[in-house]
Amino acid sequence: MSLKLPIYLDNSATTKIDPRVLDKMMPFLTEEFGNPASRSHSFGWTTDKAVEHAREQVASAVGADSKEIIWTSGATESINLALKGAASFYQDRGRHLITIKTEHKATLDTMRELERTGFEVTYLTPETNGLIDLSKLASAIRVDTILISVMYVNNEIGVIQDIEAIGSLCREKNIIFHVDAAQAIGKIDFSLEKLPVDLMSFSAHKCYGPKGVGALYVRRRPRIRLLAQIHGGGHERGFRSGTLPTHQIVGMGEAFEIAKTDISKELPRIKKLRDNLLTGLQSIEEIYVNGDMKHRVPHNLNVSFNYVEGESLIMAIKDIAVSSGSACTSASLEPSYVLRAIGRNDELAHSSIRFSLSRFTTEEEIEYTVRLLNDKVAKLRDLSPLWEMFKDGIDVSSYEWQEHGERDIILHN
Amino acid sequence: MSYSNKVIDHYEHPRNVGALNKDDPSVGTGMVGAPACGDVMKLQIKVSDSGIIEDAKFKTYGCGSAIASSSLVTEWLKGKNLDEAQMIKNSQIAEELELPPVKIHCSVLAEDAIKAAVANYRSKH
Ligand SMILES: Cc1ncc(COP(=O)(O)O)c(C=O)c1O
Repeated sequence: MSLKLPIYLDNSATTKIDPRVLDKMMPFLTEEFGNPASRSHSFGWTTDKAVEHAREQVASAVGADSKEIIWTSGATESINLALKGAASFYQDRGRHLITIKTEHKATLDTMRELERTGFEVTYLTPETNGLIDLSKLASAIRVDTILISVMYVNNEIGVIQDIEAIGSLCREKNIIFHVDAAQAIGKIDFSLEKLPVDLMSFSAHKCYGPKGVGALYVRRRPRIRLLAQIHGGGHERGFRSGTLPTHQIVGMGEAFEIAKTDISKELPRIKKLRDNLLTGLQSIEEIYVNGDMKHRVPHNLNVSFNYVEGESLIMAIKDIAVSSGSACTSASLEPSYVLRAIGRNDELAHSSIRFSLSRFTTEEEIEYTVRLLNDKVAKLRDLSPLWEMFKDGIDVSSYEWQEHGERDIILHN
Repeated sequence: MSYSNKVIDHYEHPRNVGALNKDDPSVGTGMVGAPACGDVMKLQIKVSDSGIIEDAKFKTYGCGSAIASSSLVTEWLKGKNLDEAQMIKNSQIAEELELPPVKIHCSVLAEDAIKAAVANYRSKH
């Protein structure tokens, strides 16, 4: 079988839509175009039924009741609604919130916004393996702490936080617990019947569904209240107004149902591929795996290639589509804040590559990736003055580097 | 990030990669940048008795534009005398490689590397 290049290994960014999902969506982009809020004719009845079926599919995939699921435009909106909605509803109880420095920007930037409106936020530093030390979290809790937000699976390093333990701590202290589960669906088999979580955010496009749709789980027992952030026609019981995108919702429902039914056969297969990848990369000197290997989804491998710069590496391996922690590949000029938060220095953060696998990844693709990395890292190291220093026994980190001033750039232009 | 064809050409076929003996009195070595900033360039020139740069070598840790900038200057340096070498401006490098604004710092670094290599050579004489 011939390989199709480039190979897609950036599934934490987004996944390819599953053909089974697309099949379910198509009728709602063509014949079944009714507004699910139309109560007076069959066009509306049909789409309303489809929306409610999808709600059941999402609810049962995560062990919730369908009345606990609110449709949104994606995890970003769900997180905004959860954090802003709960903070503003419960602000008379207290104005302190806690989160982790390695959260997705959807959480961090929402927290920053809440700070601007008078809330106080503690940003906890995780351990160097990316996981939270529960005792540190416990000691950050104050009498006025009303909400804690922690992601289930980290999008960069794939580590899994102990949601059950954190949730129990929150229950004990009567604190609302929000979990960003955007990266958890189809990767961890969990049930909200058992997990002590009050609010949970989901996205469809991270698990083979369409982009632009997500959901927020809002627990009914004990009941969690929110103030709506988007006002209008009173859809979604007033929590989130706006005409529902039926085709997206139908796709999300199907994607979540497939995720639930296929997980037990998918995980061992993907884990084997990830292990092949890791073993294959371990023949390269001076590589560092970022994040804990035990408490981690099998879909993710994040590796720093010391003495090789991230963007040039990305350029060298353009036959595979991956993400890098290098500053050059992001809009900001900072290297990955997640890797910095787990204590990686700038060099290792710059030279990191995130490989994220999917249900469509094949053994041949992983073999090709291993060969490519072995080849290209060697080539770039031949070009690297830092590698030369390392081989000459010079300590690169204690060498006195002459950092560059912005001033020169302005002068010459 | 999209690159100009010239950057890609230098990146895929870098000219004059390697090292000269830094203890040789006819060799000037410049190393600029810092790993924490994502770019380090090491540029070396070998200067003849008549003051002409007869060889230039580089090694660069950095993005494609940084590698291309240093590869390009090794080509430009050969055959120049030291004063001419020091007249190479980052704007010429940026223009030749069609660097976008966010990559101008790569050309600045290459210019600095030339200055550092020349200064190092001069300090030996
Ligand atoms: C952990 C995490 N949270 C939130 C989001 C945002 O999700 P969405 O693209 O659905 O808004 C993402 C995806 O980028 C993510 O990985």
